[in-house]
Amino acid sequence: MQVVVQTENLRMEFSLGLGRGRMVALDDLTLQVESGEVFGVLGPNGSGKTTAMKVLTGLCAPTSGSAWVLGQPVGNVSVKNEIGFLPEHPYFYEYLTAEEFLRFYARLFRRGGLVLSKRVDELLELVGLTRQRRTRLQHFSKGMLQRIGIAQALINDPRLVLLDEPMSGLDPVGRREVRDIILQLRDQGKTVFFNSHILPDVEMICDRVAILMEGRLLAMGPVRELVGSISVRSVEVELESVSSTEIAVVERMAEKVVVMKNYLIAVLPDMASVDEILRLANVHGWRLRAMTPRRASLEEIFLQEVSKHHHEIR
Amino acid sequence: MRFGDIAAIAQNTYKENLRDKILYNLVIFGLVMIGGSLLLSTLTIGERTKIIMDVGLASIELFGTLIAIFVGIGLVSKELEKRTIYTILCKPVSRSRFILGKYLGLVITLFVNVSIMGIGFFLILALIHVVPNFTIVAAVLLIFVQLLILTAFALLCSTFTTSTLSAMFTLSIYVIGHLTEDLKNLALRLSDVFSSTFSSTLLEVVYYVLPNFDYFNIKGEVVHGVSIDPATVGSILLYGLVYAAVLVALSCLIFERRDVK
Repeated sequence: MQVVVQTENLRMEFSLGLGRGRMVALDDLTLQVESGEVFGVLGPNGSGKTTAMKVLTGLCAPTSGSAWVLGQPVGNVSVKNEIGFLPEHPYFYEYLTAEEFLRFYARLFRRGGLVLSKRVDELLELVGLTRQRRTRLQHFSKGMLQRIGIAQALINDPRLVLLDEPMSGLDPVGRREVRDIILQLRDQGKTVFFNSHILPDVEMICDRVAILMEGRLLAMGPVRELVGSISVRSVEVELESVSSTEIAVVERMAEKVVVMKNYLIAVLPDMASVDEILRLANVHGWRLRAMTPRRASLEEIFLQEVSKHHHEIR
Repeated sequence: MRFGDIAAIAQNTYKENLRDKILYNLVIFGLVMIGGSLLLSTLTIGERTKIIMDVGLASIELFGTLIAIFVGIGLVSKELEKRTIYTILCKPVSRSRFILGKYLGLVITLFVNVSIMGIGFFLILALIHVVPNFTIVAAVLLIFVQLLILTAFALLCSTFTTSTLSAMFTLSIYVIGHLTEDLKNLALRLSDVFSSTFSSTLLEVVYYVLPNFDYFNIKGEVVHGVSIDPATVGSILLYGLVYAAVLVALSCLIFERRDVK
């Protein structure tokens, strides 16, 4: 697997103004992203996610440490031919139409003629804005702006796509659309590096995640490993043919019981109670409809890591 | 070397200016002022042509200057404030090429606007049966070159400070640029009064570093019908273009080192 993004002991400090000291935005950040991965960076506001992205796109030079993109040092103009970037809360040239906007970015890659027209059409199709191609961006909704923003990041058919908070401020439909685009990019073999606050989305589409806090890397690994490292929290069991008198038996073992029309759902605290319920089901003739182990979500892991970090600081 | 990216940025800047209402207002006001010189001229006896020429050229300079300052200061700072610059600088466009493109875009805007006001001015002259001679055309051209310096200065400021401060600095340079001759005279006086040459040398250095906008002002010659020779116009043009080029180069140098936060 080719390493697409690599940082080593990256540190970034900003001056807060005369006599007000310096702020550390990134502290000893070392990470690697491999080709074809969807890599998510999680972190609360001010954790350094955006700064990391600015270093990778060459917008900011790190105070110390090194970073490479596609094997070349960041900021190298030739690397920029291979990357696409969508900034957070992007403001675009609102006086341009969607088509003019994409043509402008294509010309920055010194592309023209038929290739350009074809690419513009393809991207408008991909982000579902073909019908709005002659509409000025000032009339676009937030979701449409986000989608045209993704289109501009893909204008050069990049190998690495960096998306800073691509789902923030979007409604569920908009979020799903952006999610689908990211998955499509993965299917095309592109590497996607993105920051997000919206944890369920990260959990759903990322191969690996990194958790950042105050510029430091708290955890990194495949989503399944991070989630799986925490044992099963509870088990949800759906049972049929439980008579009204037998419900009390189930209730004694379960944390919670929800009685539906033809069945009931019992949330059991551990595997021992699951064994017991299965035994009782045999005895009373209950039918098992479904059994779902409930693991900790990425959100819980994230909150757990953040509170651990706060605890260590204290 | 290809210039597709610079041309794209220049065209985009021009398009942005073109779709900006402030610009239209300024140009319309400029044209109204030039037209208004016809009315003003009726208040005088025998000086009609002089008034029209004076008010006409002064209007082109005033509104050109307003456009250069108000559009120029936003060239880079607006891109930074609105963060549109992020998507440009992560494309294979060096920062210097970005600056060149932005400057070129504003130069085209200024050229179109000065041309529109210039044509308006020539039409008014045609109404009073005055055919524009070389000196009159040169006066308009020199105003344009003065605007090139002013725009380059606004661009330079906008690479390191906010729009408001850039506007103040550029306006100050415009005023000081018209007073540099006084600085030179002051340097001469100081050297007469004090034995130390430090202050007079300092003022002389300031005199040579700051742009001298008086060179570009040939309204007096135009109004009084004094012809000016092409060689003089050529040397002023050269001075203006070199000065603007140095300012743009400085802007590139500063912007190359700036972090985009």
